[in-house]
Amino acid sequence: MNAENQAFQPHPVPTYSPREFHRQAHDALGNPQIRGNFRKAMDGLMTKRRDSFEGWDLETLRELGANIRMRALAKLPDLLEQLEANCQANGIRVHWAEDGEEACRIIREICEAHDAKSVIKGKSMVSEEMHLNAHLEAAGIEALESDLGEYLVQLNEQTPSHIIMPAIHLNTDEISEILHEKTGTERTRDVDYMTAAARQQLRERFMAADVGVSGVNFAVAETGTLCLVENEGNGRMTTTVPPVHIAVTGIEKVVEHLRDVPPLYSLLTRSATGQHVTTYFNMISSPRKQGEYDGPKEVHLVLVDSGRSSIYQDNELLDTLRCIRCGACMNHCPVYTRVGGHAYGTTYPGPIGSILSPHMMGLEETRDLPTASSLCGACGEVCPVKIPIPDLLVRLRREAVGEGRGNVPGAGVKRTRKEAAAWRGFQWMATHPGVWRSGTAVVGKLKALMPARLGAWTEYRTAPKPAGRTLHALVKQHQADKPSVDTPDKDQP
Amino acid sequence: MSARNAILKRLRERADGPLVAPECDFAVVTGRDWSPDERLARFERWITSVHGEVVHTTHDDWGDALARVLADKDVRRLALGREHPVAAEARLALANTEVELVDVDRDIEDWQQEQFERVDAGLTSVGGAIAETGSLWLWPTPDEPRLISLVPSIHVAVLDAETIEDTFFDVMERHGWARRMPTNALLISGPSKTADIEQTLAYGVHGPRELVVLVRHVDADTEESL
Amino acid sequence: MAPVKCYPPRPEKVYFFGTCLIDLFYPEAGLDGIRLLEREGIDVLFPQDQTCCGQPAHTSGYHEEARSVAAAQLDLFPESWPIIVPSGSCGGLMRTHYPKLFAGTAHEKKANEISGRIYELTEFLVHVCHLRLEDRGQPEKVAMHTSCSARREMGLAETGPALLAQLGQVELVEQARAAECCGFGGTFAVRHPEISAAMVEDKTLAIEAAGAERFVTSDCGCMMNIGGRFAHQKKTVKGEHIASYLWRRTS
Repeated sequence: MNAENQAFQPHPVPTYSPREFHRQAHDALGNPQIRGNFRKAMDGLMTKRRDSFEGWDLETLRELGANIRMRALAKLPDLLEQLEANCQANGIRVHWAEDGEEACRIIREICEAHDAKSVIKGKSMVSEEMHLNAHLEAAGIEALESDLGEYLVQLNEQTPSHIIMPAIHLNTDEISEILHEKTGTERTRDVDYMTAAARQQLRERFMAADVGVSGVNFAVAETGTLCLVENEGNGRMTTTVPPVHIAVTGIEKVVEHLRDVPPLYSLLTRSATGQHVTTYFNMISSPRKQGEYDGPKEVHLVLVDSGRSSIYQDNELLDTLRCIRCGACMNHCPVYTRVGGHAYGTTYPGPIGSILSPHMMGLEETRDLPTASSLCGACGEVCPVKIPIPDLLVRLRREAVGEGRGNVPGAGVKRTRKEAAAWRGFQWMATHPGVWRSGTAVVGKLKALMPARLGAWTEYRTAPKPAGRTLHALVKQHQADKPSVDTPDKDQP
Repeated sequence: MSARNAILKRLRERADGPLVAPECDFAVVTGRDWSPDERLARFERWITSVHGEVVHTTHDDWGDALARVLADKDVRRLALGREHPVAAEARLALANTEVELVDVDRDIEDWQQEQFERVDAGLTSVGGAIAETGSLWLWPTPDEPRLISLVPSIHVAVLDAETIEDTFFDVMERHGWARRMPTNALLISGPSKTADIEQTLAYGVHGPRELVVLVRHVDADTEESL
Repeated sequence: MAPVKCYPPRPEKVYFFGTCLIDLFYPEAGLDGIRLLEREGIDVLFPQDQTCCGQPAHTSGYHEEARSVAAAQLDLFPESWPIIVPSGSCGGLMRTHYPKLFAGTAHEKKANEISGRIYELTEFLVHVCHLRLEDRGQPEKVAMHTSCSARREMGLAETGPALLAQLGQVELVEQARAAECCGFGGTFAVRHPEISAAMVEDKTLAIEAAGAERFVTSDCGCMMNIGGRFAHQKKTVKGEHIASYLWRRTS
């Protein structure tokens, strides 16, 4: 197939926004296709994860994972400098970016310096976070995703709906249709055929690419090594075939020692997809050396902050930065399973997205995300580095209503006079036992607490009826009825 | 102030003060103490579970085994090194076969198209293997460059049974990786695969469709006992 | 079943913290919990000044209000008796979050002390009372829904089923995805009603598909949600708090 003939014009339109969470969730809930695709996928992933840890002392391994990440964060500035020094000693050029825009600019300038027209990309959520593709397109540089899922999503002019499995919202028929529409393949349910077609299409592009852009799973300070985890081989292609490789990553991805990597790798693959190992673990420590015959002649590392150093300031929020991006929290989230990744309208969906996105986009933009959880705890239970995600969701709810530390952008944005007054009313009643004991009256007043959407409760469920007598009253009666008991406690006048 | 200095300054002047680094106990990723037989069995079980093929052979006979594998898979053009004993012996063993040997000690720029389109298989040695995950570890060299285990549709790797170790952590520690990381170090566990189309596994999406591991045993009797 | 903490010998007396939902909507469940404890020869103290653990405000982000309400409960349990809570979510808040809620405040010490005495009802019945039950009810197929807080925050996935397993006439059936949240989540159900509805829909379908005639739960929030969904659909499956169910079948 000729690359020129079937060239397409990707123009990623930001279709989804966290501001529209309610509407997007509503649409997803009403879409049986989406519901079915996610349910099936998440059920499978949960089972595979559980099976893959069989025979492991999972708690000890998670403890180790959490400690390795905490140690890295405890020494973060020193490790970043060490990483930089070792990378540079190895011949990797290191760049720093305050935000996504600056990172995009750095990457574009490297491309321009090489007169690059075509960039091939390995999977990188950080590049999604900074909308790198759109930035490069605007500068006349074509950026093509090479991870099969990312490729399909890009062909379909969408964004990933999952951080590990970008096209998980699409089923076989939809994918067949996309490939047919955009690349002229036959309509089929034959996955091998479609995979082979994509292989063919992308191999042309690998050969033609001027620059490869990848993410990083772990950056090792001790050795100046960039580690990439993958199954497809597109990551190896991206980092080996084009003459220039640019790796882009968040500043929190650094680990101190090389030996820190095996436990994290083991936790990552098992938590993410239930694999005991991925096909490839690719460790890059330098560009092509004198006498070597392949590999890029230039390797760049772009370290991006984008709100991470702000998260870093706070002892509680800090735990967010332990994340190794496995996606287990979304795979196990009953909310994510119902609404899918796009409904969140953020690069990182699901529980981790709801505790990360507010720092990157502000609480005004992401106001509905911290509450989009029943706090069931499934995310925290499976997190391989033990991030207390439910506690962090609650912390962000505090910040959103202006009762936190005020150190998250947009803090207080959700505070309304009406709701604050209602909670103060609740507080007053619950701290005045005499009032509280008047039972049904309290219930009547509590109804005023409920936000306007209480009506929705009765759309799906019968509303509970307040009991005629409270437990306080029943217990009094019960104690009075008892023939004889010890002297009444002082709490029971 | 540069972005670098501004970021580092913010990290150093952390609002909640300096952090204490916790201790890390790595016992859970080492100390398996498997016997050589257990290692081999685990390696084989795991790598075949992800579609890798294992062919047992001996140091004496492996050239024939290689020729058989290549013939079975209809490999006409094989990319391989020159100096590594594995490559050197393979060249000898294949000298009188139909297989055309493709030299890889030349700049990729000079033969990229050929490598992508007209090489059927790549042959490499490996540094060793990992029993716990069924992984091969490779440090590509000028003699055996990075892309020959990736670009051709079939990757044939030659592994000596006694170089299988228990865990990834053990390999790193025992071979002192942290002191001497090469340009590229790789773990390979099976052929290239994807599950991006509705979780259906498909092989060879970008890299090799097939991975064949020729496991060489020291003792000629071993083959029968397996 | 592995106990999640070191349990004391059976005490002479316990405190009972009824929780606001039980107080206002399901008082019989609270009273049945008290009866079960009393039948074991334990004197149950019910501080009449108790109101709410503070959870609704806490999970809504109203930290100050939550702390103030929680603080009002701290003086109600002056003796060293265990505090029994017939709810995993309130018990979870009091055991795991009170110390954090009051960290660095004048109440810190007391909150830590109280949190160490919190027991969820089924936990206490199994691990401290070593409760033995004799079933007097009719044969019935029952599904247990363990609340997420009981299961994950308090580590009590097994105490409820262990108690039900002692009822000779009761067949405990397991619904698909038993560990998945029912969609209540306190204010979650009102802030994101459609998502919550989708979750409770799946939960009721799973309970029905398991062939259960009844579901039993240790949390009234879940009961209100799942039971409310069944009632709305005019289904015959009824919900009951585990305290009431155990008391009813064994008295």
